[in-house]
Amino acid sequence: MSPIIKRKGEKFTLPSKYLLFILTILCTGMVLLTFHTTIFSGPLGMVAGYTIVPFQEGISAAGSFLRSRSEELGQIRDLIAENESLRTQVDELTIENTRLQQDRYELTNLRELYNLDSQYDEYDKIGARIIARDAGNWFYSFVINKGTDDGIVVDMNVMAGSGLVGRIVDTGPNWSKVKALIADDSNVSAMVLSSSDNMIVTGDLKLYASGVISFEQLIDRDDVVVEGDKIVTSNISDKYLPGILIGYISSINRDANNLTKSGYITPAVDFEHLEEVLVVLELKQTVE
Amino acid sequence: MRRIIATSFLIFICFLLQCTVFRALAFSGIVPNLLIVLTASFGFMRGEKTGLLIGFFSGLLIDIFFGSVIGFYALLYMYIGYMNGKFSAIFYPEDIKLPITLILCSDFFYGFVCYIILFLLRGKFDLTYYLVHIILPEIVYTVVVTLFLYPVILWINRSLERREKRGEKKFV
Repeated sequence: MSPIIKRKGEKFTLPSKYLLFILTILCTGMVLLTFHTTIFSGPLGMVAGYTIVPFQEGISAAGSFLRSRSEELGQIRDLIAENESLRTQVDELTIENTRLQQDRYELTNLRELYNLDSQYDEYDKIGARIIARDAGNWFYSFVINKGTDDGIVVDMNVMAGSGLVGRIVDTGPNWSKVKALIADDSNVSAMVLSSSDNMIVTGDLKLYASGVISFEQLIDRDDVVVEGDKIVTSNISDKYLPGILIGYISSINRDANNLTKSGYITPAVDFEHLEEVLVVLELKQTVE
Repeated sequence: MRRIIATSFLIFICFLLQCTVFRALAFSGIVPNLLIVLTASFGFMRGEKTGLLIGFFSGLLIDIFFGSVIGFYALLYMYIGYMNGKFSAIFYPEDIKLPITLILCSDFFYGFVCYIILFLLRGKFDLTYYLVHIILPEIVYTVVVTLFLYPVILWINRSLERREKRGEKKFV
């Protein structure tokens, strides 16, 4: 007698190996379907958004409160010393600032002449709080508490302070998933601000601990790129808006092929202590 | 019914803890895998079917929030639950050695499969680095957390079983 045929008066049960088989096919189907499309993210994201996100928000708010209290206690001593040095730095910076303001005035005039759009301080942005981080240890992504209800769509850029954090890869009504720049599977097309040389910035799991990200395929024949140069998103990237700060070159080496250079970048954002981010409500213009 | 509510509540709590509280308590960026502990323990306590169902739903939750495709983690956790269910015949609640060993093996299996599919296939060949810096620390942390979490799961399962037995007697 077949184990799945129902006998009279007996409760219907599906043997586990059949269930395993059915669910395996279901999962494989879903993997294949979602590999290139996002058909399930709508309904599943909606359900998850209304059941889990409120709790994540609550817990992470409490967690960050406790953590910041304990950090506060430990840091008071450091802060006093830091305050001293910062005060002197403020004086220096004020002097520098006045000088820069003069330059800026000149720059605005020149920009008006050239009719250029000004840089990213004029993008529309929305603030969001991080409510959950990756449940595994392999990648670096997190969930924020704003979603399609606030006008966020997939591929919008995410910043913190003045630096690039990553981009939105999935959205629900009240949450969205951000893949960080430093995640092992993320690549960004970038350029050196001073010389406009293009390069590819790649996240790497091995470099998480040292707090840097790697770059490669930099063509710099005249050796003008040096350590400390500013790296920004390039204007040929199809996901990232141009001119957003990524970080500074911390080391640079010539590759074995003698044509390109590679090395490490110190990101402008402190990914270890990230709590609030800004989502740029503007998409990169692409040719469709 | 009571069992379904209790288990979904447990999955829910473990998932929330794993991606919020334990993220704040992470040692050098490593979080313990509570959902593996849950999946594996229900697998060997209740059998293959419960194991695979709990694994499926735990994995699906991770897929929705953190996976790049939907179904990968669901598949992985489901097979871990099913495999652990095979050991329900030799499981005794008094014995702690078998659960610890099974959870340890499950977490190693999880880490290894993740490495092969998500990293090796992208040309990252440095197995020893990932083994020493990701897989082994996660196993150690998970086993330490298991020592606290497993008794709780065991207690919940026992009280549910006691209640179910009482209910059966009433009808007879």
